[in-house]
Amino acid sequence: MFSHFRTIWLTFLHMFRKRATIEYPEEKVPLHPRWRGRIVLTQDPDGGERCVACYLCAAACPVDCIALQATEDENGRRYPDFFRINFSRCIYCGFCEEACPTYAIQLIPDFEMAEYNRQNLVFEKEDLSIKSQGKYPGYNFYKVAGMDAGVKQKGHGENEEAPVDIHSLLP
Amino acid sequence: MPTIFIDNKPFEVKAGKNLLEACLSLGLDLPYFCWHPALGSVGACRQCAISMFKDENDQKGKLTMACMEGVKDGLRISLTDTTSKAFREQVVEWLMTNHPHDCPVCDEGGSCHLQDMTVMTGHDYRRFSYKKRTYKNQYLGPFIHHEMNRCIQCYRCVRFYKDYAGGKDLDVFAAHNHVYFGREKDGVLESPFSGNLAEVCPTGVFTDETLRQHYTRKWDLTMAPSVCTHCSLGCNITAGERYGELRSITNRYNGDVNGYFLCDRGRFGYEFVNSENRIAKPIIRNRVGEAVDEDTLMTHLKTIFKHGNKFIGIGSPRASVESNYALMDLVGKDNYYNGLSEFENLLAKLVAKTLQSGTVRSASLKDVEKADAVLILGEDVWNTAPMLALSVRQAVLKSAAAEALQQTPLPQWHDAAIRELVQEERGYFANITLAGSALDEIANYKLHSSPDDIARLGYAIAHIIDPGSPAVKNASDELLTKAKEIADALLKAKNPVIISGTGCLNEPLIKAAHNIALALNSGERKAEICYVMHESNTMGLALTQAFGLDKAIERTEREEGLSVVILENDLYRSLPGNVVDRFLSRCKNVVVLDQLNNATTVKAHVLIPSATFAEADGTMVNNEGRAQSFFQVFNPASNYVREAWRWLYAIKDLNAAPGNETFPHPDEILSRVEKDYPMFSGISKVSPAHDFRVNGQRIPREPRRYSGRTAIRANISVSEPRPFQDDDSPLSYTMEGYDGIPPSSLIPFFWSPGWNSIQSVNKYQDEVGGALKGGDPGVRLFEVDKSKPKTYFEHIPYPFTAKPDHLLLLPQFHVFGSGELSIYTKAIEDFAPEPYAALSEPDAEKMGLSDGSILNVKIGEKKIAFPVCVHKAISNGIVLLPAGLTETAGAIWGAWINFSANGHS
Amino acid sequence: MTVMQHVWIVLGVLFVLLNIAAGLIWLERRMLALWQDRLGPNRAGPFGLFIVLADTLKLFFKEDWIPPFADKKIFVIAPAIVVASVLMTFVIIPFAPHIVVADLNVGILFFLAMSSLGVYSIVLGGWASNNKYSLLGALRGASQMISYEVFMGLSLMGVVMLTGSFNLGDIVAAQHKVWYVFTQPLGFVIFLIAGIAETHRLPFDIPEAESELVAGFHAEYSGMKFGMFFIGEYLGVTMISAMTVVLFFGGWSGPFLPPLLWFTIKTFAFIMLFILLRASLPRPRYDQLMEYGWKVLLPLVLINLMATGAIALWLRGSH
Repeated sequence: MFSHFRTIWLTFLHMFRKRATIEYPEEKVPLHPRWRGRIVLTQDPDGGERCVACYLCAAACPVDCIALQATEDENGRRYPDFFRINFSRCIYCGFCEEACPTYAIQLIPDFEMAEYNRQNLVFEKEDLSIKSQGKYPGYNFYKVAGMDAGVKQKGHGENEEAPVDIHSLLP
Repeated sequence: MPTIFIDNKPFEVKAGKNLLEACLSLGLDLPYFCWHPALGSVGACRQCAISMFKDENDQKGKLTMACMEGVKDGLRISLTDTTSKAFREQVVEWLMTNHPHDCPVCDEGGSCHLQDMTVMTGHDYRRFSYKKRTYKNQYLGPFIHHEMNRCIQCYRCVRFYKDYAGGKDLDVFAAHNHVYFGREKDGVLESPFSGNLAEVCPTGVFTDETLRQHYTRKWDLTMAPSVCTHCSLGCNITAGERYGELRSITNRYNGDVNGYFLCDRGRFGYEFVNSENRIAKPIIRNRVGEAVDEDTLMTHLKTIFKHGNKFIGIGSPRASVESNYALMDLVGKDNYYNGLSEFENLLAKLVAKTLQSGTVRSASLKDVEKADAVLILGEDVWNTAPMLALSVRQAVLKSAAAEALQQTPLPQWHDAAIRELVQEERGYFANITLAGSALDEIANYKLHSSPDDIARLGYAIAHIIDPGSPAVKNASDELLTKAKEIADALLKAKNPVIISGTGCLNEPLIKAAHNIALALNSGERKAEICYVMHESNTMGLALTQAFGLDKAIERTEREEGLSVVILENDLYRSLPGNVVDRFLSRCKNVVVLDQLNNATTVKAHVLIPSATFAEADGTMVNNEGRAQSFFQVFNPASNYVREAWRWLYAIKDLNAAPGNETFPHPDEILSRVEKDYPMFSGISKVSPAHDFRVNGQRIPREPRRYSGRTAIRANISVSEPRPFQDDDSPLSYTMEGYDGIPPSSLIPFFWSPGWNSIQSVNKYQDEVGGALKGGDPGVRLFEVDKSKPKTYFEHIPYPFTAKPDHLLLLPQFHVFGSGELSIYTKAIEDFAPEPYAALSEPDAEKMGLSDGSILNVKIGEKKIAFPVCVHKAISNGIVLLPAGLTETAGAIWGAWINFSANGHS
Repeated sequence: MTVMQHVWIVLGVLFVLLNIAAGLIWLERRMLALWQDRLGPNRAGPFGLFIVLADTLKLFFKEDWIPPFADKKIFVIAPAIVVASVLMTFVIIPFAPHIVVADLNVGILFFLAMSSLGVYSIVLGGWASNNKYSLLGALRGASQMISYEVFMGLSLMGVVMLTGSFNLGDIVAAQHKVWYVFTQPLGFVIFLIAGIAETHRLPFDIPEAESELVAGFHAEYSGMKFGMFFIGEYLGVTMISAMTVVLFFGGWSGPFLPPLLWFTIKTFAFIMLFILLRASLPRPRYDQLMEYGWKVLLPLVLINLMATGAIALWLRGSH
């Protein structure tokens, strides 16, 4: 019984505490760098498109709100022909970022994306791409991947030997 | 059945298998690379290591390769002991030391055997910190993409390409850890089975280049079981769609038909579905605004189908049984013509009747593979039915192996050892063709002759085997010697297969083939026959024994004011242009249903878009007499593209009295077919009825990882519509549903937990390489009745003699180029031959022609110039033109063409 | 008093009550926020007061949906009962000298009768919704009401005995010297607890119990029908607060300020207490609530009654 009264009294005392409410939008919310907000597509250090259209983000997406189509340029470098995120479905879980093998897709600390028309929440590649490396600077997938996609030749990548001379029988 | 102990649990396994096969057949997961159910064991990759124990007291055991160890009663092995597990993990780790870090951009990713096996063994971190080996890639043509860095040296590619399929231009080069799989230099892979490399390769060295053009991961495809439409064999395929476009064709295992492989025409010839030439909207010609909507179309059709307007129907060998039956239902049986040209119809009906008689069993591809002697009479199977040629090759190799194994006791699966043992020995195979074929190189006996002479030889062989069969009068000694040689070889066989077909357009040939098979069929010996036909459903048409195109034309000449409905049939391909022109001009109304614009659709008064195999449900009967159903893969973007039978029944009901509408469910069409045509009995059982459910669930067309559902259409409208509902089949257009193993005819794709690649087919089979669980799909419509008396054909032709100034016009088929629809794939179009006219040397000399000079051939009213190609193997008096090209469309094959001395007309 | 005066009083009481009930929407949310370190509604209008307007408008314009499986007539009637019965109770409350709608000499009995009628709305609403959660809520509501009705009545008998009248005017007058809260502390506590239970406010909102019964008896209600339950609840809070003031805290009496203001101040103090309880106490289990009622409160109230009776007799005897 006493604990009840104590509870009531303690609750009453909260009247004189500092308010926890942040009066957004007058007051801005401090967001952490790893805050999972709007999704962007980043560039590699050489300014090339990082996305290689591997479809892993789409497969990881629990609400299936990512659709893309892979295509290739003349060097065999793969990139998305279109890349669409339906933000009206997105739950900002960050699985896509986790799945991304090239650091292309990243969630950034921005949540101010409200729209009056739901259709405007469908973002295409042009809306998603940013001219920045985002949170992971310095990584270029095609420099470490085995294939030659116009970024480096076979054997010129990090940790690669020169291409095998198949006519040689030397040990 | 021997009992083996796996991890101390007893299992009954089949004798004669190796342990890897046994484990996989039991549903156990054991990783492997170099072994392939169709290729056998070589023990190269060391991945399937297991521990084998002496007896139950042996705790240590020894490592052995499961694929190289036969099943023995009482054998004790372990898959889970630490030694073999660690060993398997190490093997993958070694393989991965050089594997490039490029799964995201690899087309194999998501359906990759190497990925699956790596996960299965538990290897997840590269400890090897030295550099990776790299290779330069090669250009291998428009079908196969090469990325050699990914190679794990399992040798499956060369074992398939060289040994299994007989290709010569892919091999292994260099040495030690530098081995290289590719061609001697960049260039197009020559074998028409090269597409299988994409499936045989356990990783992404060889990938499907056509899929690469519009790449989609396996998990993102909407897939359905389908049947290849590019020849009469009816290979089972899995067709996959994404974004409203057919994206890929992969093999759908059917133990009785295509097994693990497909030919390149079947695998890559799908682009016609996505063609710009597709008919998307109904068209009513000669009015303002020709493209019309459904209401206008139906109103128009209602008026032209009103009472009093008499319609005839022209069916099609590439339309399903359902569509042809619907046409029959619409116009009436007496007004239905099956759409085959006179001669082709005659032959098709003959083949159907012969097989229906039940005196000889028709051979499936599997049966051909098992044959111990093969005789091909006339048919160029390499080009008209490539997969049959592959089966013949297997028969030849396997019978040689079987022969060799009688002397040396070796297990059947021991591929490398058997190959050493067999060397260049071949099983008996006589290849008798018009002008030679790629199969000649494995034939023990090859002969090039004219169709009539081949038929005479056939009759002679039959007479030698069974003197009760008719003898060839005035047979030359040469003929009899040849016949004797072949007959003797066939008589030694226990399970010979005779292959012929309609490709030579010669009636006696078909009869002769039947006589041989019938004659052979005595006592222990089980002879089988296999007839190749023209189109995917020619057999389905022939079974109804309906009249052909010629009778339709006669009828229009006889009767005034007839109208015609043409079902998916370009008449200009089978008849000369002037004949078709006249025929169509005699028709009051020409209603055409077709998928792609062609010469006939241009002449249509009313043109209705119909669905391709990928957008339709239906049933087709292959050359074996196997009815197989194909299922709709996706809903086309245009709402007007519907199955032909759907349109035809809708038209039929237009003028029906209210309450008398007959629009049937597709299941019901098949039962009606069965009722009206008893020879189709069983066709309604080909696949489960549309209300079939497993645990109340449908079979999903999409894998469980299907992505983008809420974004695919979001650019059009952010509100998602309800998924398409399928009332026609037990499949659903979603990823929800039963994810276990469905009935064999309803398998939309092969997948099993941990087995994302197509190798997961192991899980769907009774035993590895055997039938699918619940039996292979398809229902054979022909029953064999051994008790029937042998009735031989007696129609023996005279020896072939060249007529002066005349040449017999015969088709030369080409894997790439002869197909009406496959030609829409850009790469196949590029491989299609340039028009030519092939003649024998003496004929060319006589006519003053040489290689490259021009021969004018009159096709219909048109004279077309063909560059001459002098051919050593062709008999005198015959000219071969490439079949199926636009230049040769409408040629009357089997007709004598007059080449007067001056004009080469 | 003239007839017109009566009419003015009736209209005035009605107007004020309905506005208070509506205003309580704002007040409750602001107060709850205050006790939970938040700000509460502060955007619409001064201090967010227009939230009341917005809420009311929203309720008016929401689709007034009757589920197809519901018993339609009863479904419609049920919310009206709660508002009507609570409003009827206010008839007997003396807000200030001469400001009372009906100065009944059976005032307390009338109050008890009317507050018991309110349970019909819960039972009928829950029943008519034809939904298992609603029905469970209704069942709980009914048993809770019946239980707490008993000792609510009994807890007031002490006051009646001391005053010797059921008339609320007399009761207020009798507290001229000393408020009954001092002479009847136990009665007051029990009445307050019973009152909370009677209005099924937190912590005794067992018939609604959103975390277990979705929203209990009004799960199927929307729009203005839900609004009536809502208003009914706030009116109930106001009513129990007013009754507490009348019965135990001397009603309108107080120094310096006009009586009506005193009455309002005291009533609002109790409304605040109600809100504070909501902010601080968790909901007990249903069986705990029943056990507490029958095994603790009932004996207590009987003891209180006997003691008061004895003292009253002793006092009168001593006269």
